[in-house]
Amino acid sequence: MNGFKDAGHLFRFAGLFVVAFLVFWVVRGFVVPKSFGQYGHYRAAAVSEYAARPVKFAGHQACEACHTDIASTKAGGKHAQVNCEACHGALAKHAEDPTSLTPPKPDTAVLCVRCHAASAAKPKDFPQIDAVSHANGVPCETCHNPHSPAIGAPPAAAKGGAQ
Amino acid sequence: MSGYMYPNEITLYWSVLIVLYPYITGLVAGAFILASLERVFRVEAVKPTYRLALLTAMAFLLVAPLPLLFHLGHPERSWEMYFTPHSTSAMAMFGYVYLWYLMAVLSFEIWLDYRREIVLLSQSSKGLLRLVYKIMTLGSTNIGERALHIDERVGWIVTLIGIPSAFLLHGYVGFIFGSLKSNPWWSSPLTPVVFIFSAMVSGIAAVMLIYMAITKLRRQPIDTRCVDTVAMYMFYIFIIDFSLEMLDLVHRIYEADESFRSLNFMAHTKLFFSQIVLQMFLGTLLPLILLFLTQIVQLSEIARKRIYAFSGCMILISVFAMRWNVVIGGQLFSKSFLGYTTYKVGLVTHEGLLVALGLILLPLFFLWVLLKLLPPWSESGASAAAD
Repeated sequence: MNGFKDAGHLFRFAGLFVVAFLVFWVVRGFVVPKSFGQYGHYRAAAVSEYAARPVKFAGHQACEACHTDIASTKAGGKHAQVNCEACHGALAKHAEDPTSLTPPKPDTAVLCVRCHAASAAKPKDFPQIDAVSHANGVPCETCHNPHSPAIGAPPAAAKGGAQ
Repeated sequence: MSGYMYPNEITLYWSVLIVLYPYITGLVAGAFILASLERVFRVEAVKPTYRLALLTAMAFLLVAPLPLLFHLGHPERSWEMYFTPHSTSAMAMFGYVYLWYLMAVLSFEIWLDYRREIVLLSQSSKGLLRLVYKIMTLGSTNIGERALHIDERVGWIVTLIGIPSAFLLHGYVGFIFGSLKSNPWWSSPLTPVVFIFSAMVSGIAAVMLIYMAITKLRRQPIDTRCVDTVAMYMFYIFIIDFSLEMLDLVHRIYEADESFRSLNFMAHTKLFFSQIVLQMFLGTLLPLILLFLTQIVQLSEIARKRIYAFSGCMILISVFAMRWNVVIGGQLFSKSFLGYTTYKVGLVTHEGLLVALGLILLPLFFLWVLLKLLPPWSESGASAAAD
């Protein structure tokens, strides 16, 4: 009995652990979402929440239905496979009601180098430039039509609006 | 950057803070192993460093997760690894390994070892400090002979459990690197073992240097028998560590797999200074030779102490360089083995040099607080009160 008394402080230390564990378990009950682990190591409800989000991208078919001139310029150029919204941003709202949102014109001095800045990681036949020595801040569209960028390609009827 | 890099290899994602993390946990594990020399293996000569080693381990352990938290984009989400543990991810289980070592091993052992002083100080001190000590007693003031004997026995068992726990804490860090099969610089079953032995050497060196510095500052004589013994163990463990590193190197050279040319080129160029010059020659061979001299030549006491202090510093630099070469070196080459990138440390960025310096100095501040709160030397107020 005496030994038990002399070891009392050890039980107090152990008690700290028990209390900490109980607090942890209660807090865990509150902070871990109910659907966590239903399918895997994530919150199952997140799947339906994402699915319920409004669609932001219209898709290039929606753009080409109205902007036929640009679609034809683009179709013959190097950017034929680049989706409209890859440069212009998500525009489902504009496609739904063109008057509700006028898309801002991208700054080509910033936009183009996102893909065309020189990098050793890119294939050699991919057009790459050092932006400073190549253009020194001059917007790319001064020389290149963004929808068909090869020099000497058909000029931009490109600038026109929707037909 | 030169040659061919894959796009996700151009920038290094694991910065100097990820270098600090294994370095700090290594110091914790090493300091604890030194403490266990006295407690479990009954090496009486190192007794003056026993409590200091425990407090040093605690001070560094408190800082150990900070480099990771600074590195994370969302540190506030780190709690999730406790709430939703992912048992198949070694990285995600870090929280539990850390908590086990912090609470079940180190805090418990320090509490048991200092309980007598804590109770006495809770009676003799005043003001806020009295309240702190009162809380630390957990409401038990039983410091009878039998209670202290139980503490001694339980403390011994905790240290015994603590040794594999210290190995687990640091071996696990090495395991994370060693198990990354995508990276030939890291992927080796020897990595965790090398990490553990280098951790032991660095932790012992750190405690020895702290002991020497604090004793000097307190204008007390340095216990020569103690530092001789600590340096001897440091030397032996350093030999094992060096042998293992050489084994790893020779194995890589002999195996000469498809990554060898690339890694060999890196060791002779980008990592030449940090690996060959700093880690191997100045940080390993030089202290090994000096420590070897102290074992075979009858040197004066002052010369031995100077050699220990110098070797300790070089070992700390060497082990940091080793962590650097592992973490940074492993990200400098492309998995195509055709290109190399460069790491430039920021100065005032959130993973920069200033933060790293702050994090390496912070444990010393924690240690200072712990030394004030729980003085490891015998002429503390508690002992005076007890007498």
